[in-house]
Amino acid sequence: MGFLSVVANGLSMGAIYGLIALGLTLIFGIMRIINFAQGALLMLSMMVSYWLWAATGINPYILVIIVGPIMFAVGYICERCLIKPVLDEQKDVREPVAVLLLTAALAIVLENAALMVFGADYVMAKTSFSTSTIALGPVTVSAARFYGLIIALLAAGIFYLFLHRTQVGCNIRATGQDRNAAALMGIDVPKTYAIAFGIGTALLSVAAVVLIPFYYVHPSVGAVFMTKAFIVVVLGGLGSIPGAVLGGVIIGLIESIGAQYMAATLTAMLVYLVFLLVLFVKPTGIFGSPYDW
Amino acid sequence: MLRIKELDSGYGDITVLKNISLNVDEGEIVSIVGANGSGKTTLLNTISGILSPKKGEIWVEDQRIDNLPPHKITELGIVQVPEGRRIFPLMTVYENLMIGASLPRAKAKAKQNLEYVFDLLPRLAERQNQIGRTMSGGEQQMLAIGRALMAEPRLLMLDEPSMGLSPLLVSTVFEVIAKIVEQKITVLIVEQNVKKALGLSKRGYVLENGFISMEGSSDQLLNNPHIKKAYLGM
Repeated sequence: MGFLSVVANGLSMGAIYGLIALGLTLIFGIMRIINFAQGALLMLSMMVSYWLWAATGINPYILVIIVGPIMFAVGYICERCLIKPVLDEQKDVREPVAVLLLTAALAIVLENAALMVFGADYVMAKTSFSTSTIALGPVTVSAARFYGLIIALLAAGIFYLFLHRTQVGCNIRATGQDRNAAALMGIDVPKTYAIAFGIGTALLSVAAVVLIPFYYVHPSVGAVFMTKAFIVVVLGGLGSIPGAVLGGVIIGLIESIGAQYMAATLTAMLVYLVFLLVLFVKPTGIFGSPYDW
Repeated sequence: MLRIKELDSGYGDITVLKNISLNVDEGEIVSIVGANGSGKTTLLNTISGILSPKKGEIWVEDQRIDNLPPHKITELGIVQVPEGRRIFPLMTVYENLMIGASLPRAKAKAKQNLEYVFDLLPRLAERQNQIGRTMSGGEQQMLAIGRALMAEPRLLMLDEPSMGLSPLLVSTVFEVIAKIVEQKITVLIVEQNVKKALGLSKRGYVLENGFISMEGSSDQLLNNPHIKKAYLGM
């Protein structure tokens, strides 16, 4: 593979990491909660997308119209029924630890439930573009990854516009910047939390549909992406949207370029090395600030 | 319009306010004065629903509000300008104002209210696209007041609007509040600057260590020997 193709593949994987990290960073930015269930919820999105594809044969990208609202509902209900009661108990705590443990527990439950319902098989949505490539001048990229890049960037752009141009988006940002002032201005803060959690989860459905044509789904697939998403978010700055996208792209590029010149295990190490380096130089991440909404 | 009966409130196990009773009538301007730590902010946050009372009742006309969440209380037109401005730091002036108008009732009149706010506070009109946290303290205070006005208040509650401002700016802020009163908006003002607050209001309460120690017309209070000595340095 030529160097440019390697870069293109790294970019597309990186954009998908960024997309997964966006949900994490949104939920942290608004609610000050680190959602350990993000990976498991991604797995759930991938499972639902895969089975919908297997049942209907519809192009996975179009399935986002169905999977998106399903995942929004899953996130919304999770927040209302599980997280809110714990959060209310800890309402005077700035970064509630009990909620953090709750999301970790949710991840374990989801993974095991998936193992029970779907089994431990590795499955993939083998579509016409799963194996084909696209030639862009001198660059050859896998079609599925190329579409993934475009869709992930598009989703991040729409998400950004949503936060800045719509009333709900502005309410979400206001709540993240000062929840008491937001409440005083008539914003229903608990509801805004549930919406933010729902949107953070719905973003995963976009990552899921672009992943399933070229990435195997299995009950513990979430863990792979969870670790990456954490690194991406901390690298870019916890709570920052541009940070999540840029952090994702950096990790994607390191992985894909590194894999050309060294063993895969060394590449994984390289990712952590760069991660540590950034933390040493700028502990708040590239775009880190106390609040970024 | 606002009636508080035998209210106790505080944080966790600590009771800050004890047995507070007060009322504010429609169209009135009332001040609550007191030193640092006397419970002024606790009182406003309890009325706004940020804190739940431990005892007592709060009524707005014939509706009891002490168990309502903050956004429901704002919906009733009870709007607070919080202590220390608390504007949204990363939003522009315009975005801050529009968050004020996010309630359906206020949104319907957003355009008209925006005109009123820009007319009252022309500085905000000039700085519509500036990011909140880059503005000076006085400008932020004006923005916080403008944002609250966008929410269509019937009762506007101001928590120490003079805090951290130069004497000249304090006078400007109080001039703005006087103009708001002309719009038939009821105003409850909580202040450490006793002279300014009582100078503007007709009636006042003195809050000391969580109790209301005195109440009366502003003139009476301003001439009271204890107030003169303890708050006015005379």
